[in-house]
Amino acid sequence: MEKKQWPLWEIFIRSRQGLSHRHVGSLHAADAEMALENARDVYTRRQEGASIWVIPADRITASSPDEKDLLFDPADDKVYRHPTFYDLPDEVKHM
Amino acid sequence: MSPRFEYLLRLGDDALILGQQLGFWTGHGPVLEEDIALTNIGLDQIGQSRAWLSMAGKEEGQGRDEDRLAFHRDQHEFRNALLTERPNGHFGDTIARQFLFDAYAVPLHDALSRSRDPEIAAIAKKCAKESAYHLKHSRGWMVRLGDGTEESHGKIQQSLNGLLPYVGDLFVSDASSQTAQEEGWGVDLATLRPQWESNLESALTESGLERPKATPEQLGGRLGRHTEQLSFLLAEMQVLPRTHPEAKW
Amino acid sequence: MEMDLLQRFEAYVASEKKIEPKDWMPDAYRKTLVRQISQHAHSEIVGMLPEGNWISRAPSLKRKAILMAKVQDEAGHGLYLYSACETLGVERDDLFRDLHIGKAKYSSIFNYPTLNWADIGAVGWLVDGAAIMNQVPLCKCSYGPYARAMVRVCKEESFHQRQGFQIMMTLAQGTEAQKAMAQDALNRWWWPSIMMFGPPDDNSPNSAQSMAWNIKRFSNDELRQKFIDLTVPQAELIGLTIPDADLQWNEDTGHYEHGPIDWEEFNNVIAGHGPCNKERLAARNKAWDDGAWVREAAAAHAEKRAQRKASEESAAA
Ligand SMILES: [Fe+2]
Ligand SMILES: [Fe+2]
Repeated sequence: MEKKQWPLWEIFIRSRQGLSHRHVGSLHAADAEMALENARDVYTRRQEGASIWVIPADRITASSPDEKDLLFDPADDKVYRHPTFYDLPDEVKHM
Repeated sequence: MSPRFEYLLRLGDDALILGQQLGFWTGHGPVLEEDIALTNIGLDQIGQSRAWLSMAGKEEGQGRDEDRLAFHRDQHEFRNALLTERPNGHFGDTIARQFLFDAYAVPLHDALSRSRDPEIAAIAKKCAKESAYHLKHSRGWMVRLGDGTEESHGKIQQSLNGLLPYVGDLFVSDASSQTAQEEGWGVDLATLRPQWESNLESALTESGLERPKATPEQLGGRLGRHTEQLSFLLAEMQVLPRTHPEAKW
Repeated sequence: MEMDLLQRFEAYVASEKKIEPKDWMPDAYRKTLVRQISQHAHSEIVGMLPEGNWISRAPSLKRKAILMAKVQDEAGHGLYLYSACETLGVERDDLFRDLHIGKAKYSSIFNYPTLNWADIGAVGWLVDGAAIMNQVPLCKCSYGPYARAMVRVCKEESFHQRQGFQIMMTLAQGTEAQKAMAQDALNRWWWPSIMMFGPPDDNSPNSAQSMAWNIKRFSNDELRQKFIDLTVPQAELIGLTIPDADLQWNEDTGHYEHGPIDWEEFNNVIAGHGPCNKERLAARNKAWDDGAWVREAAAAHAEKRAQRKASEESAAA
């Protein structure tokens, strides 16, 4: 049986000097070098001079969205705030 | 055939055959990210072949363009190294083939970018950037597969053993190759061997792979004497232009 | 309380604001998105197969390069979309598994074969064309990561349709054999393409809810009509005939009227009985299975390297 999938990396790119790195998306890679190479292929099409950061997604700590106008219950113990809580059912799918 | 036409055909055909083979991986890679990477490399190879073959056609002066050369020559007229026509096999076979080629292409393009001929130098400069990526990619995978699991180690070692006898064509030094060096528009391909060796050795060390005992080299690609695989590959690649010779696409 | 949340959610979405991964969302919204985004992602990568089929036989080096770049773009689209889907708390490998065992759906159009070179033109022109029409509104959909992925996708799609149309145009102006290829491809791809917009509005079960949530912005029939109105003159321009005897321009409505669509065929293909369903799934499964040792090796190497690094560091400390 196959092991767990390759980790997810979040990709940040600075396309030109003078700009800051911007989140562009994510991808899967077994190691950081691979993540960098793949990010270059996928997200910059090897655009010259682009600076790339790759960060393991599980190392990112995100704030909870309790300052926005979609403010519900600020308590952080609500499990539904955590995406991994959702085990998705095998429902029939329509096109 | 002028030495220069011959030389340019070799450059163009190596790239063309590799590009054609890499195209089969598009949509069938081991993981989505790798699918994209292999296709990128294939695209670079096709781009390189177009540049070299166009130049070859001009050099020949018979009005043959890149497509005429790619689609309307028979297998014995192809000048690619035998290594490039070895079958895709499994992912490790493709990676090892590409690695053995990239380890040669990097010093090749580097040398050609100093060509006395500005057109050759310009094409080579572009190729050099691409080959550097290719080598990084293929070498990275040699190490991952060599060091990875017992299964991957065994597989990539076997790929390497199977392919090494076919690298000789890359370094053939003949009239074309020597003229290139003498006239300063190219490099004698034999002189690239030490750099190729050191690229190979460093990757072997890092990946824990062994160099198999040397076996007699299989040569002939540069003279148009190919392996059985090439004719199948060309039959598929050339089918439309050959079936509709008067058509434009 | 829950009702209040739902109402506030719907008001929020209705005011064109974006939902982001950690925001509260109704369970059904999340499920709808996971279903739609993953089907969309699967469609991109299964869609690589019928076109990839012709990379080896592209009739010029330029066409070969264009086709490779195009099919590679679709891999990128798949990747962006799987990433967007993962923000909803699902893992990509699980989505793949659902695809491989035949549980997940993908766009039926890719279960049709590509039989001649003109099919590559027809796919770009019609299939990418229809996809663009479906996808542009999604750039404004209410779920942020999906909308952003679609912005990237749509940017790259524009060349897909153009290269396809250009292939068709070249063939339609070419030799008799080439013209025949082009017409044959149009004959086979026309109806499946206009079915890509999904069942008619009076029989589209998920549409109303999706529209309320700003996941869907135009109805299936609206988009289909728009596509037909745009495409028919393009076919005429290059001298090809749309294979619909009932097709006619209605001066009063300013729209084309089309003949009846064979929804039975559509349902059959969705149910797995199209010409290539089995081949497509088999190809995806083979690529995945053949690649298992490669993925394992890379993971093993990464782990070994991390361990070596850790032991070096502890030795140094
Ligand atoms: Fe796409
Ligand atoms: Fe597309």
